[in-house]
Amino acid sequence: MKGYNFAYLDEQTKRMIRRALLKAVAIPGHQVPFGSREMPLPYGWGTGGIQVTASVLGPRDVLKVIDQGADDTTNAVSIRRFFALTAGVATTTATAEATVIQTRHRIPEKQLREDQIIVYQVPQPEPLFRLESSRVETKRMHGLADYGLMHVKLYEDVARFGQISISYDYPVMVNERYLMSPSPIPAFDNPKMDMMPALQLFGAGREKRIYAIPPWTRVRSLDFDDHPFRTINAPYPCGLCGAADSYLDEVVTDDRGGRLFVCSDTDHCAERRAAGHVGTDGFQEAAE
Amino acid sequence: MTEPTLLSGRGLNLNFGAIPALADVDVDLWPGEMLAIVGESGSGKTTLLNVLSGRVAPDRGIVRYRDPAGQLHDVHAMPAPALRTLHRSDWGFVHQDPRQNLRMSVSAGGNVGERLMARGARHYGDIRGAALDWLAQVEIDAGRIDDLPRTFSGGMLQRLQIARTLVTHPRLVFMDEPTGGLDVSVQARLLDLIRSLVARLRIAVVLVTHDIGVARLLAHRIAVMQRGRIVETGLTDQVLDDPRHPYTQLLVSSVLNT
Repeated sequence: MKGYNFAYLDEQTKRMIRRALLKAVAIPGHQVPFGSREMPLPYGWGTGGIQVTASVLGPRDVLKVIDQGADDTTNAVSIRRFFALTAGVATTTATAEATVIQTRHRIPEKQLREDQIIVYQVPQPEPLFRLESSRVETKRMHGLADYGLMHVKLYEDVARFGQISISYDYPVMVNERYLMSPSPIPAFDNPKMDMMPALQLFGAGREKRIYAIPPWTRVRSLDFDDHPFRTINAPYPCGLCGAADSYLDEVVTDDRGGRLFVCSDTDHCAERRAAGHVGTDGFQEAAE
Repeated sequence: MTEPTLLSGRGLNLNFGAIPALADVDVDLWPGEMLAIVGESGSGKTTLLNVLSGRVAPDRGIVRYRDPAGQLHDVHAMPAPALRTLHRSDWGFVHQDPRQNLRMSVSAGGNVGERLMARGARHYGDIRGAALDWLAQVEIDAGRIDDLPRTFSGGMLQRLQIARTLVTHPRLVFMDEPTGGLDVSVQARLLDLIRSLVARLRIAVVLVTHDIGVARLLAHRIAVMQRGRIVETGLTDQVLDDPRHPYTQLLVSSVLNT
């Protein structure tokens, strides 16, 4: 970590981000502007999440980074190495061992605890941005809790497709006050946000916004009384570990229509296999 | 008039630089009444409408609205959330250009349902039912409910805007040249529709128009504006049949001669 301040960012910047974080925690779901810095990775790769992580990280923290649920993808590996280098913190792939988890597109399958923080990378913090192009107007709508427009979008979905067709970044109401984008996690993960014991922090680097959900806060997915919110998942068990209740990735295995459904949470899958659970495709793998 | 007024403006003044857009304007509107504000372009009609509806604050003067409970509210002293709530439930605004009000990328049904959803309706079936009912009331075919407004004709758009506005059963609707830009036969049909809907639902309307014919057909009372002042006001037939102010005489005679 020679040549760098602890966790890369200078202390003044971290203080500025922590002030924004405190405000965000005090007003659950409200987007707080912050002076986002240039980071040594491109926008869209997690510049917001990495700045939030840098600001909450202490020397004794244990960091886990996941991208689409996996610990071993480029984005996850490079951010984990970045903090191992600049902060010298311990890193892990085990959800239970981590104190800070930075994530892109997933929430781990394992229930998080009160002593953990989960940091989301957010590309677009404004849940209304596709519906109302004026940021002045969306700020006014948040201020007045005027969210009829979001339901117009849901209405359009039901009218056109017979169901609410949002499969990721499914809008939620936080603490029955602020409409919030949960970042592009699958709708499957939305129920995990509700009354989560861990602190949830959201950083959008390019859009320069931070927001948060304090522990044990009500998070409700928007829906209609006669078209209630429901999660969507592939109707198979995991091919490797046989889990029937985890979110699955579809992997194309050959050019003859072969495919494999596996847990997107690699740590969850590995842990289950270590405990002796085997899926239908797991046997073949072991036999080879 | 034994009933108390629904909306009243007193001593309204507003200057745009050196130009007096409103000068000492007093207006009263009773429940269920249709008041037409007529005058030429630049006479302050639309400014008056914007001030009465709370969208533009006057330099001086006060606008009071009586809510269903009988409580009087100073429209320009109301907190923004309360005014917004008023605008999306008790009040409505019909623009000359329906594109200003409608969401062009949202289906007809979604447009009609938006005010209901903004007010807290969360039952899809009910919202859909209300949208179908209102499309029928404004004579739009039920089969068009999932079509985008951009596939609609000008007259249909205006009728859709009216359905979208009236779906929450407002007590007071502001209309800014609702028939402007439509051809004559479509205008006639629309006027007929507005007249029957307003009478049936007992909605009070402030109607801005430069068309004396529209005012004569729809309005109970009329106020004639010239250079920011109301120069003559009274029952529509009285004012139009026996205009007193020279400017009103000019307006009426110019219509009758064509």
